[in-house]
Amino acid sequence: MYKYIINRILLMIPTLLGAAVLVFFVLRLVPGDVCEIRLAGTGLFADPEAIKICQDDLGLNDPTYVQFGRFISGYFTFDLGKSMWTGRAVSEEIGLRFQLSLQIAIMATIISVIIAVPLGTISAVKQDTWIDYAVRTFSIAGIAMPSFWLGMLMILGMLIYTGWMPPLDYVSPFEDPIGNMTQLIWPALATGYRYSAVITRMTRSSLLEVLREDYVRTARAKGLLEKVIVNQHALKNALLPVVTIVGIEFAFLIGGLVVTEQVFNLNGLGKLFVDSVLNLDFNMTQQLVMLVALIFVLANLVVDVLYAWLDPRIRYA
Amino acid sequence: MKRIMARAATLGVGLAVGAGFAVGALAATPKKGGVLEFVVASKIPSYDGHQESTFGMIHPIRPFYSLLIRINPENPSSATDFVCDLCVGDVPKGTDGGTKFTFKIKQGVKFHDGTPLTSADVKATYDKIVFPPQGVPSTRKAFYSMIDSVTAPDADTVVFKLKFPSGAFIPALASPFNFVYSKKDLDEKGYSWHKTNVNGTGAYTFKQHQPGAFVEGTRNPDYHHEGKPYLDGYKAISAPKMAVRIQAIRGDRAAIEFRGFPPKARDDLKKALGDDLTVQQGDWNCASTFVFNNERKPFDDVRVRRALTMAIDRWTGAKYLSKIAIVKSVGGIVYPGSPLAATEEELTKISGFGKDIEASRAEAKRLLKEAGVENLTFDLHNRAVDQPYKLVGTWLIDQWRRIGVKVTQKAVSTGQWYDVYRKSKDYDVGVFANCQSVINPLADVSGWLCSASNNYTYCKDEELEETFKAMNKEPDPAKQRVLMRKFENRAMHEKVYGAMVLWWYKINPHRSYVKGWKIAPSHYLNQHLDNVWLDK
Repeated sequence: MYKYIINRILLMIPTLLGAAVLVFFVLRLVPGDVCEIRLAGTGLFADPEAIKICQDDLGLNDPTYVQFGRFISGYFTFDLGKSMWTGRAVSEEIGLRFQLSLQIAIMATIISVIIAVPLGTISAVKQDTWIDYAVRTFSIAGIAMPSFWLGMLMILGMLIYTGWMPPLDYVSPFEDPIGNMTQLIWPALATGYRYSAVITRMTRSSLLEVLREDYVRTARAKGLLEKVIVNQHALKNALLPVVTIVGIEFAFLIGGLVVTEQVFNLNGLGKLFVDSVLNLDFNMTQQLVMLVALIFVLANLVVDVLYAWLDPRIRYA
Repeated sequence: MKRIMARAATLGVGLAVGAGFAVGALAATPKKGGVLEFVVASKIPSYDGHQESTFGMIHPIRPFYSLLIRINPENPSSATDFVCDLCVGDVPKGTDGGTKFTFKIKQGVKFHDGTPLTSADVKATYDKIVFPPQGVPSTRKAFYSMIDSVTAPDADTVVFKLKFPSGAFIPALASPFNFVYSKKDLDEKGYSWHKTNVNGTGAYTFKQHQPGAFVEGTRNPDYHHEGKPYLDGYKAISAPKMAVRIQAIRGDRAAIEFRGFPPKARDDLKKALGDDLTVQQGDWNCASTFVFNNERKPFDDVRVRRALTMAIDRWTGAKYLSKIAIVKSVGGIVYPGSPLAATEEELTKISGFGKDIEASRAEAKRLLKEAGVENLTFDLHNRAVDQPYKLVGTWLIDQWRRIGVKVTQKAVSTGQWYDVYRKSKDYDVGVFANCQSVINPLADVSGWLCSASNNYTYCKDEELEETFKAMNKEPDPAKQRVLMRKFENRAMHEKVYGAMVLWWYKINPHRSYVKGWKIAPSHYLNQHLDNVWLDK
């Protein structure tokens, strides 16, 4: 098992290095630079000398290989550089947003799993009944409806019918848990619903497959209760692909809620991503891409380890 | 001249009426207390006003600072009404033939760290803005090219000596970006310190900034305008999406947004909130224009350029486009409320501003035929921002279609939009905008000069340069006006390097309990918030 984990960790290195090279050079193909956007204003007037000073300060006039060297060497000195837009440390800017994004990802994952696993199981067990059709309709609606659109509907509904909307500014759950939930429960619900729809579908199809296995037939022949067969024998095996989906979706939620964060005005990593791309803040964009890559790689690692733990055939292979 | 003054007066009245019932409410006695929450569409790069140029910095940071002079907060729509902020008495008149301005500095003013303000601080501030040391950026230093020296002969006097008399000097001095810094901070902490730190003499002291989320300020008990500010503090909440900002006002998560909303948002909010919403609106010192790449065929031919401006029906466009976009007034190169602006009669003599659009379009077709480009097609370079860029671009395409010209709109991200103008020069015709803060026509029109760093028509015109120089050195307003017409005529009629489309229209719907704030012709102005109070 340890050898398996070490192998998986070593495989992370070329993946992350590839991502670093790709993001660095692709960003350099984008026309324009952060200094022009920052200093030009709407009249597009900018003192050429001020732009030059800004570019020099940010190292934008340095040769590309020097800039790349600086980017990579930062990982060895634990210096992720400074945001080209605000001048603050990238680690500080990301740290500020990470807590919020992580909280939403956790909340949405919990909501989705709580909804999806029972619904998927019922849907499979009651295949082709009205319950199955109702669950499938519910889950297909969730897949078809983008979470940001559902979020917009939620806000508009609340505004029109109650005149109330969630707060715009984030407060830590450790400072004010009620205030925190008042703001974050809505995006978590909007995201969790879509996410649950995917997991419901996966749970249903996976469980249906398992329920047709020989060992389930044997269990039935032995006279075991259907509840015991499903909960103790079939579900554990059916959850293997579900674990993969949960892991990957969780990783996606941390940095990928770009539009949903905008709809709810959440100061998370997704919004920071959009801002940094629009501002051509190369340092910030690079580090955010690397962070998301790292989260995906780690999530995959956790999923693989979990898989190996759940299914001994994998680790012995 | 009488007509001009009458027009200015009419516009002033118009703006006051536009400001609506807020004017009446201002007569009430201000109440103290409360925290104003407002939303800001843009983001803060740094806190340094001398370097930055976005309202995303002005709205949350300006209340921490004072200026030497500012536009009159009680009459912000005026193009000529300036009052002292850190100086005493009236804004001084120029002596020595208009080349010397002596300001007496207020005594007893303290920076937020307790350091007393003296004339040395004002001098150090303007030295940084006008004569920055090597390697120190000063984005607007070109606006102060008339200044020869800044001196502080004693602790409460600052003297500006000009190279030549200039009507652009006083408005330039009132720029909302000219935060007065402490000399001690500049000397001891360096010229970059203000990018990430705040120490001003403004109505509010810095409480906290959560990057990407909000900035909070609390009342400065030692503020130098007696009895102010009225608020206990404010919170500037970052909300880049317009839908969020509109919802925030509707749901009372924010009381106001200072930049401006489109007409539809105003109408929806009014319908939803009724008397709980007050709308202030008026002309905006921003204009939509389009520019030609004068180096590229066939736009190097003045007949083609003239034909394209003559196809635009600005008068009808103003009527209908203003229902969906933040544009409204037809005007020349000078802000319509300024005494230097063209009258309607003067405007109609400029290509594309005539009232008989059919005749104008017939002439446009003739010009295209004469230039040999009857079936002209080109790309319109535009910024991928709805208000008003893409709306204006789409409307322009329809106008050109009416003379048989086929145009494709290429809307790109802001970075790419800048880059095409500034570096690659790979465009035919481009939508452009010119936004200024203080109404300062002599400086604001400098973007039409071929030599200006923000002129992307790549033209060359010595005559235009000479007229501009003469206009800037001319002390007599009547003669200045004549020269302005000559300049406008040259840029937009004779040579047609670019063309005005419409001036923007600023619409600020806000919760009716917000009192004291008056709309200014720029989203950069009147943001000190010392006169704002909450009637709750």
